[in-house]
Amino acid sequence: MQETKKTTKERHPMPEQPPELRRHNFLEVPLGYTEEMARAEASRCIQCKTPQCVLGCPVAVPIPAYIKAIAEGRFAEGIRAIWEKNALPAVCGRVCPQEIQCEGRCILGKKGSPVAIGHLERFLADWERANGDGSLPAKEAPTGKKVAVVGSGPAGLTVAGDLVLKGHDVTIFEAFHKPGGVLVYGIPEFRLPKAIVEAEVKTLEQLGVTIACNTVVGRAVDVSELLEEGFDAVFVGVGAGLPRFMNIPGENLIGVYSANEYLTRANLMKAYDPLYDTPMVPGRNVVVVGGGNVAMDAARTALRMGAESSKIVYRRSREEMPARVEEAHHAEEEGVEFLLLSSPLHFDGSSDGRLTSVTCERMTLGEPDTSGRRRPVPLEGSEFTMDCDLAIIAVGSGANPLLTSSEPSIRLNRWGNIEADPENGKTFMRGVWAGGDIVTGAATVILAMGAGRKAADSIHDYLTRGW
Amino acid sequence: MFTIVRREELVPSSVILHEIEAPRIARKAKPGQFVILKATETGERIPLTMADTDADAGTVTVIFMVVGKSTSLFATLYEGDAYSDLIGPLGRPTDIEKVGHVVCVGGGTGIAVLHPIARAMKKAGNRVTTILGARNVDFMILKEKMNALSDTFIPMSDDGSTGRQGFVTDALKEILITDKPDLVVAIGPVPMMKAVSELTRTDGIHTLVSLNPVMVDGTGMCGGCRVTVGDQTKFACVDGPEFDGHKVDFDGLSQRLQAYRKVETEAMEDHRCRMEAQARKIEQA
Ligand SMILES: Cc1cc2nc3c(=O)[nH]c(=O)nc-3n(C[C@H](O)[C@H](O)[C@H](O)COP(=O)(O)OP(=O)(O)OC[C@H]3O[C@@H](n4cnc5c(N)ncnc54)[C@H](O)[C@@H]3O)c2cc1C
Ligand SMILES: Cc1cc2nc3c(=O)[nH]c(=O)nc-3n(C[C@H](O)[C@H](O)[C@H](O)COP(=O)(O)OP(=O)(O)OC[C@H]3O[C@@H](n4cnc5c(N)ncnc54)[C@H](O)[C@@H]3O)c2cc1C
Ligand code: SF4
Ligand code: SF4
Ligand code: FES
Repeated sequence: MQETKKTTKERHPMPEQPPELRRHNFLEVPLGYTEEMARAEASRCIQCKTPQCVLGCPVAVPIPAYIKAIAEGRFAEGIRAIWEKNALPAVCGRVCPQEIQCEGRCILGKKGSPVAIGHLERFLADWERANGDGSLPAKEAPTGKKVAVVGSGPAGLTVAGDLVLKGHDVTIFEAFHKPGGVLVYGIPEFRLPKAIVEAEVKTLEQLGVTIACNTVVGRAVDVSELLEEGFDAVFVGVGAGLPRFMNIPGENLIGVYSANEYLTRANLMKAYDPLYDTPMVPGRNVVVVGGGNVAMDAARTALRMGAESSKIVYRRSREEMPARVEEAHHAEEEGVEFLLLSSPLHFDGSSDGRLTSVTCERMTLGEPDTSGRRRPVPLEGSEFTMDCDLAIIAVGSGANPLLTSSEPSIRLNRWGNIEADPENGKTFMRGVWAGGDIVTGAATVILAMGAGRKAADSIHDYLTRGW
Repeated sequence: MFTIVRREELVPSSVILHEIEAPRIARKAKPGQFVILKATETGERIPLTMADTDADAGTVTVIFMVVGKSTSLFATLYEGDAYSDLIGPLGRPTDIEKVGHVVCVGGGTGIAVLHPIARAMKKAGNRVTTILGARNVDFMILKEKMNALSDTFIPMSDDGSTGRQGFVTDALKEILITDKPDLVVAIGPVPMMKAVSELTRTDGIHTLVSLNPVMVDGTGMCGGCRVTVGDQTKFACVDGPEFDGHKVDFDGLSQRLQAYRKVETEAMEDHRCRMEAQARKIEQA
């Protein structure tokens, strides 16, 4: 008994590729629990009567239920319990910021470490892919209604999955040549293997969803034309695809990339694979500006592309860094250096326009700003210069106006995001819903999926009952 | 898949025309817009302007110069072959208006880009003067078509093998004095567009140029195509590709176009070696 008491305090660590090995390859970093590990970790959960963890999850996954199923070895049942609320557990188990969501509320976290809810969710999803019978969920009878989904990120995939099961005829329109949104072009292979996203997309296709890639809505076809062409409803989930730059001197030098461009070249266009023709500035001394998941992904990708040094420059302190704790930790283990309380002032280059150095200044934290975080204030005379031949700007994304500017009746807020009812995703344009990053601004996978689920419910309601 | 229904070599093994099936795009495209093409799973996404579209046949036509690995690969595609991906129409269409006298200046494959714009300008009731420039007679593509649609047609070549010997700017200089234009549209190599813009600046004649920075997505998502226009950063794929030539930072554009020159030359060398090895294999067989 003594023994079990002790194990309930600390969670079972997830086996990982060692840092010195993984910093040179694109294979996934955490290797996943074995069945034994998963069952042992699952038995730490004390099955709370009023589980706080569920309140922390934006889509209220029935956490104690699936964890109980794992503890008892009923894996097939466990995954089905998750699917009721979350269509992409293999993704969420890997990328949700669990420490501020489900795990952040777990009662065990008060005295020791919380149950590894994310790892367990991932375990079930991976188990199902390897051992499941591949049977598709039951589809309702065809309704004869047609739905267009614009964008194939987590929001769009969720809407498509929910509505095809309800018997509607669903077509996804995607601008890129591959579906998946940020899951394929942003988040790197070593954090989210693309085979997982492909499997999810394939399931949708098997269920009857049509995926039209290479279709830029707002250019190839407008939202109103989709409605005229016979779609009964349109869901817009085009993400936050507008790179932010810093507007400092030297930003147009060769070797300065937006994170979007760098990661798209690396992930979607597979610059790391010699079979692909994608060119990229190699980068020996790399500087990444920003402190979110995007910055971590860029800095770690640069290491894997052969950088000698990869530095994160972030203007606040470690506490304010918005990245998942696990990502920052992994980055550090791999040798990414953190220059905190620092901000770039200008980039400089050679006579042929190639980046050679970056000059930064140190900051100190002042009074809290409107976001509640302490505002960084520059320290006089604290400038310093570093060699740098590749810089990646990861200071956030705005709303891409390409679709929205082509459709004036979709109302926008002052940041250019679509105004949609938070309860059901309805926009101001009849027959049109929106959700995910294009509504909230850059957020998380699970929030995009949650918005997709609400919109799908509302669209189904409309198709069967009216606006 | 996007099937090629017609292939022509406008200049043998150097300038190629592909007419490609893409009904949705053909219906929607306007002069000045471009598409992004990818030939295979592992290929690059290459932007090319639509030189023509046929809504009835459901086709778009591109004309490209073979410059590097990807365009060399494109050149090996024949009728019946297909591109794996074709995205468009991208970019803002040209503002076509009746302004009076429009001088269209084209150089190199820029002539292909210019063609639909000149045609639309004519159709809108403008008087169109066309000045085309090329190395020699073989490189002057679309000569007959451009001649037919223009009120005045002035071919120029570096060696005098067609039209007059000299640069397009020589002809433009004269016209600026004898027959002042209301609008100049200049499309071609960056140095040509820069020189034309310098010429028209003094008289303040509105000058449109079409920029061709390196692109990835073509939807304003990556910022790779950024150019400086009048001290502002613009994304050529969504804010352009056409801009006011008097405001464009051409030197910045030229520099950024060199970004991958070294890697691309290596890729091209590698590609050539493989092709040659393959050819040897075929010969031996
Ligand atoms: C590098 C990176 C790392 C991240 N890491 C995490 C993480 O660890 N955890 C987490 O929870 N979140 C993370 N995020 C955020 C998360 O990925 C996003 O919040 C989420 O993907 C948003 O989903 P979405 O469906 O709204 O849009 P997106 O995933 O952005 O998908 C939008 C899709 O719409 C397409 N599209 C855009 N315009 C058009 C158009 N006009 N016509 C047709 N299609 C169009 C796009 O090509 C894209 O495929 C990360 C983001 C990035 C960039
Ligand atoms: C909006 C737009 C429209 C275009 N329309 C046409 C067209 O109608 N016909 C046509 O022949 N070309 C056009 N181009 C240029 C064409 O995209 C490039 O020639 C092509 O990308 C070169 O690819 P490559 O792999 O064969 O050569 P690479 O191996 O990529 O490059 C070879 C050389 O070309 C330079 N280069 C790379 N990318 C470009 C680029 N985008 N533009 C110019 N030089 C580049 C490189 O620096 C290198 O020196 C257009 C470009 C843009 C952005
Ligand atoms: S979906 Fe995300 S937040 Fe919800 S339980 Fe799973 S890992 Fe936690
Ligand atoms: S809060 Fe923690 S211990 Fe309680 S049910 Fe949720 S996971 Fe289990
Ligand atoms: S090509 Fe990516 S923003 Fe223009």
